[in-house]
Formats: sequence, C-alpha cells, structure tokens
Amino acid sequence: MACNPSNCQSNCYGNKEKAEIVVVGEEYVSTNQNLCIKCKTNEPIGGDEGRMFCVECFRSNLYGKFRLAVTSHAMITPTDNVLVAFSGGPSSRVALQFVHELQHKSLKNFDASRDRSLPVFGVGVAFIDETTISPLPSHDIDRAIQDIRLIVSNLAPPIKQLHVVPIENIYSGDGMNRLKNLLDAVSDTTGKEDLLLHLRMSSLQKVASESGYNKIVLGLCTSRIACHVISATVKGQGYSLPADIQYVDSRWEIPVVLPLRDCLVQELNMLCHLDGLKTVELLKGPCSGINGLVSSFVRVLQEENPSRECTIVRTAGKLTPFHFNRIPESDDSVIPLATRRRQKRYNLKPNESISSETFCPICNSPLNKSDMLRLSNLGSCRTSSDSFGAACCSSCRFQILPKDPSSIDHFYSLLPQPLVARAKHSSYDNLSLLREQIQDCLLSDNEDES
Amino acid sequence: MEKGEEEKPTKAGSRLCCICNQRRAALKRPKTLQQICRECFYEVFEEEIHQVIVENQLFKPGERVAIGASGGKDSTVLAYVLSELNRRHNYGLDLFLLSVDEGITGYRDDSLETVKRNEIQYGLPLKIVSYKDLYGWTMDEIVKMIGLKNNCTFCGVFRRQALDRGAALLKVDKVATGHNADDIAETVLLNILRGDIARLSRCTSIVTGEDGPIPRCKPFKYTYEKEIVMYAYFKRLDYFSTECIYSPNAYRGFAREFIKDLERIRPRAILDIIQSGEDFRISTFTKMPEQGTCERCGYISSQKWCKACVLLEGLNRGLPKLGIGRSRGPNNDRKNGTKETNGAKSIESKQCGTLDF
Repeated sequence: MACNPSNCQSNCYGNKEKAEIVVVGEEYVSTNQNLCIKCKTNEPIGGDEGRMFCVECFRSNLYGKFRLAVTSHAMITPTDNVLVAFSGGPSSRVALQFVHELQHKSLKNFDASRDRSLPVFGVGVAFIDETTISPLPSHDIDRAIQDIRLIVSNLAPPIKQLHVVPIENIYSGDGMNRLKNLLDAVSDTTGKEDLLLHLRMSSLQKVASESGYNKIVLGLCTSRIACHVISATVKGQGYSLPADIQYVDSRWEIPVVLPLRDCLVQELNMLCHLDGLKTVELLKGPCSGINGLVSSFVRVLQEENPSRECTIVRTAGKLTPFHFNRIPESDDSVIPLATRRRQKRYNLKPNESISSETFCPICNSPLNKSDMLRLSNLGSCRTSSDSFGAACCSSCRFQILPKDPSSIDHFYSLLPQPLVARAKHSSYDNLSLLREQIQDCLLSDNEDES
Repeated sequence: MEKGEEEKPTKAGSRLCCICNQRRAALKRPKTLQQICRECFYEVFEEEIHQVIVENQLFKPGERVAIGASGGKDSTVLAYVLSELNRRHNYGLDLFLLSVDEGITGYRDDSLETVKRNEIQYGLPLKIVSYKDLYGWTMDEIVKMIGLKNNCTFCGVFRRQALDRGAALLKVDKVATGHNADDIAETVLLNILRGDIARLSRCTSIVTGEDGPIPRCKPFKYTYEKEIVMYAYFKRLDYFSTECIYSPNAYRGFAREFIKDLERIRPRAILDIIQSGEDFRISTFTKMPEQGTCERCGYISSQKWCKACVLLEGLNRGLPKLGIGRSRGPNNDRKNGTKETNGAKSIESKQCGTLDF
C-alpha cells in the first residue's frame, strides 16, 4: 500500500510495507524487479539505501540535482569567483567535488572553443580552523588540515586556492582571548553553539570579501535543513526561518548559495563511499542542548519514514521567502541570454515592493514585528552596548546575550568588529527610516543623533 | 536559565515566594521556574488567563458559552477557572458544560461520571451528546472495524461535529475548549512534519470558525499543561486522569515526546513554538479552502461531503480506509489545500489500501 506520506495518517509507511517501497528523492518503485529503475539495465547498488539506482544512475541523479539547482538559480556564472566552504564532512566534500567537476568541464569547453567567449569561473576553498576553541588536541586538527590540503591539491586542474582561516581572525588584532572570553560569556549551551555558527559565517564572509570572491557555496543538504526548520521553530524564529533555507541567500555582503539543498545526507554519504571521496571527520564535539535534541528527533522520524526530511523541507519551502532570497541582479552581458532566461526568479508578485528588513546583528535574521516594535519604542539616548542589545532578535537576546543587564557592556566589548558594525548599520538605517516617516512633523532641525 | 529566582533562606532549605516575599515557596513554576507560594501561583495562573481573554476579546457580555468538557484535567480546570473569572471580573457570561460520549468503555464512561460531578460542583448545566445517537457508531465499534491505526482521525472528526451539534442544541454563541500551549505546540510541529501548510497557517489562531456555525476559542492557548496539572492538584479539583485507551499509536506521540524533552531543557520553548507558528508567513492563496456545505448533512465543509459523512460512509459500507489519506471519492473536483508540486506521481492519487502491485 502506498499513499502520500505527508497526508496519510495511517503510519503504514513505517511498518512492513517499507521493505517493499523505498523513496529516495522523488521516485517510487517496487523492488520486485531487481534492476535500476532509471536505466533498467544494471543492478541496483544494494543494501538499505541503494535499492533503486545502479551506481552510474545514482551518481548522475545526484549530480543532476546539483546542476539543476545551480543553473535555475544562477548560482555560478562564468564570471564568478566562488568560495566553497569546506568542513571536511561528506556534504561539503560532495559540494567541493561537484563544483570542481563543473569547473573542470567549463575549462575543457573553454580550451576547446575557438572564440574563448565564456570564461571559466574561479573556485577557492575555505576551511575554518577552530584550534583555539576546540577541545580536540591541536595535532589532530593539524593532521586534518594536511589531509584537506591534499584533497584540494588533487582537485586540479584548475588549481584552487585553499584558505585555512583561524576563526579568531574575525577580530582585527589578537582575537584569541577575546573569542574565548566571548564564548565563555554565553551560559546557554544552545546559545553558545549557535553563536559559533554565526561567527563561522562571519569568518567566511570576511575571507571571501578580502580575497575577491563573489559567492560562497555551502554544502547544506536537505537533512540538515530539516533539522534547522525544527530547531528554528522551537527557538521562536518562525519569522526568519524562510531566509535560511532557500537556494540563495543574498542578505550577506557575499551571497550564499546552497546547491545541495535537494540532496539527502544519506545520498551524499553514499556517494563519498562509492567514489572514495575522502572526508575529514573532525568531531566538533557532540551537539548538545536543543540542537542535539532536534537532530535525534529528526533521525527517529526519518527512520520511521524515509521521506520525512523531504516533507519537512517541502513544507518550510512553502513559507514566503524574503526579497533577498535570490541572486542580486547583475548586468553581466557575458552570461548568455539562454542562461539568464533559465534563472528562476522566485514568484514574488510583480507589485510587491521590496520591504526593507532590519537584521539582528548577531544572527543576521530579519526581525519580526514584535522585535521591531520593541526597537522603535526605545528612547534615543543609549550607550552603544544598549543599542546593540536592543537591536538583537528575541531569540539571541534570550540564548546568547547575558541575562544580567550589567554584563552587557562587557559582552559588547568582546564582540568582533563585523557584528558590531552590523548593529551600527542597522540601527542607523532604522533610525533614518523612522525619521523619514515623521519628517513632516519635526519642528527642530538639530536632532540629537545617537 | 532560571528567571527571577530569588533565594532568601529563612531556615535551612526554605525559601520565600519571589512574588509576595512573605509566604514560603511551595513550588517551582513550570513556565518560568520561579519559586512561588500556592496563593501567588493561583493568582498568576488565573490572572494570565484573564489577560489572554481580555487582550484577545474572546467573550462579550451576555454570551452563552459552552465549555467542551471531557472530564479531563484541561476541561475541568477550564470550567473552574472560567466560572471563577466570570464572577470575579463580571464577564456576564452564561456558562454550560458540553460533553461528548464517544462510546469508549473503560475510559469515556468513567470520565463522564466526572463531568456529571462537575455539573454539581460548579453549578453549570450539562449536556451530553453521543456518537451512538449522532452517527450510529461507538468508538469501540469503529476500532473493531478499522483497527488501531486511523481511529484518532475518526474520533477527532466526529467529535468536532458532535460539539457543534451539541452547541446548537444548547443555543450557545461560542464553544470554549481546553486546548493548552502544549497541544498547540504539538499541532504546529505535526503540521510541519506532515506537510499540511493550510492547517499550519490556522492552527495557532486563538479563535477559529468565526465564519462557521459556532466559533470556538482556546483560553488556555498560552497555558502550560504542567501548570494546569499543578493547579488541579493543589486545588484538589476532581478530574479523570487516564489517557484514552486507543491513543498510544497516534503519530502525535512523537511530537509529544519531543516537546516533553524540550521543556526539560528550555521551558519557554513551548511558547516559542507557538510564536513561530504565529510568525510563519504563508501566502493567502494556499491558506483558506473554499467553504461550502456538505451535500449529505448540511454541515460546513470545504468538499462536497464533509469529512464526517465520508468517514461514516466508509464505515457503513465496510470500507475502513475511505477518507483516509488522499481520497478521490465524491470530493474529486474540489481543490485540496495542500498541493504537492513534486513528489509521488501516479501513486499519490490512489487511495490508501486500494493499490495492488
């Protein structure tokens, strides 16, 4: 018996029927025939996960998902210089591999073409080195970095530059102690983990910006996104959730793209296994707190029904995204018209104005109505640290900022420049926006700007 | 993570209530982990509910309101608190107890006794409507026919209509149910897990069905289940505390387990889930299904036949899966709220249980 798993309340998917029907991606099949469902000639890979495709078709199906995401969202165009964020894990390993294959093909075409009209896009690789804050022994991390260097050097031609970025580099000057103290100042386990995520992204943004990249590729896959959907819901971040889970995220200085958004982690693991793609499993420590709880919850659900992760992401995909969830317009005439036509513009209604969002300086999430209301209700004479605290979303204020108001000054002094700059930028924007609205009622010209 | 906790030990091991600072703290408040005395707990509990009622304008003076009463802790506490607040703040409401008898032996027959006692204890007139009278089937008979997989679907659909019919018989203007914060948080999660975007957009509303026969509201929307239990316990309220005997297999159990674990790590997460649910931006054209009436019974329905009639038809014709999952019965042409753009192709159109390979 088969029925749509998202609607069926009978749980039949989870019991013995599972043995007969497996869903990977979007295809159903009965394994009574023992052939690849795509080419119908070769044998399926076998085992629990490999019941549908043979090796070739599996690989091409997975690469196909990647390529479709890239072309329909204009993620990588010939004049781009993309930075692939590489953590060593299977998702970013596959992202790196696929981006390399795309670049390699582009190079072959370039060499073969007569007029050399389409340039080959550039690829760099970034690894965030967290030795200073990691509980792991530093020689383990050093060895991992050596492995990563080897992996990247083998992905040539074209040669790719590897940036090993110590995470304390988001600070100008000696950041090691400030970073350690900053993390120690966060008492909530989940808050600490999330702050680290935000710092990693800031780190990537900094290296991309300073080294001339114009896009960042993340290996975020369906499975991780499903966990993020649940954990964002649970942290009260329902308003900003759609911003994080689209193919494209342009709210950053360097836009972030997710070409593996439609791939399940089990598929990515399988590919690494089949093709011998070396991964570097640096245990970042067990995910505890809410993030760990959500991971195990989603794992249990996925075991009970193999299409659960897809359903979660599909549901969240129906939430309205933001105007920055698409590649910013570029008038690059090098991009062929055909490619430009294929670029999917998210279906915003034509008369929908681009509403300006205000962003939390810590997590860069758009603020919801109640956060905005609170922000606009505050008086104007405040210290920078007060302004900072007020500009944060309620989730960051709860789990990251110190509870005790007298500690906020100290916390503020430990923040790296990018986060501080974001706060100043957003509060200035907000203030001037408010001022515009009330301009005609202001009598005095000299307004005290704080 | 403990908010507002003050420790003022007077003797070894005893603390003062952090609200009144006079009486000894008797409990830790589940929502905020504050250590407070019983009297202050009653006060904050009741006052918060009063604020919810006032801020959301749930009631108007002179309204007749039926309280959905199952005999369980939520509805008992609701009946108690509502009548108390009605008196204290002069809501001017005419309150009734409305109970549904699903016909589950060893469960409902016992809990109905509790409601009958509540009628006397709270002085609120009681009306009981039964599945047997309305539909000709008890839940016991239904489970015997369809097994333990989809029985909650049947019960939920039937109960919704039963409440409306009972409310109509009582001639009330509104129905108040005891759905608490935990329930709503579970529902938000369930709808995400099951891909029901249409329900996701409605499930956090504190008032539903305003355009239907009888609007219903949930005064306990922000009230924690644990606090309701605590209130009932300290006030020694009379309620029936057993879970429905058919419930262990419900999918909701997954979400419930998760939320219990979550509450242990971060109590405010329950309210955060509700906040997220309220903040989800869902474009209107996926939200509201077309509203009409059932051709068979006249009840409000977005399809040709209301869900209860579809299910009933299935029961009477010996087709236990009729109306479960995606059906292509008499409701073929009305559009479905959740449209899948990718995913299963031909298989998804088949009814559960009618596929053969």
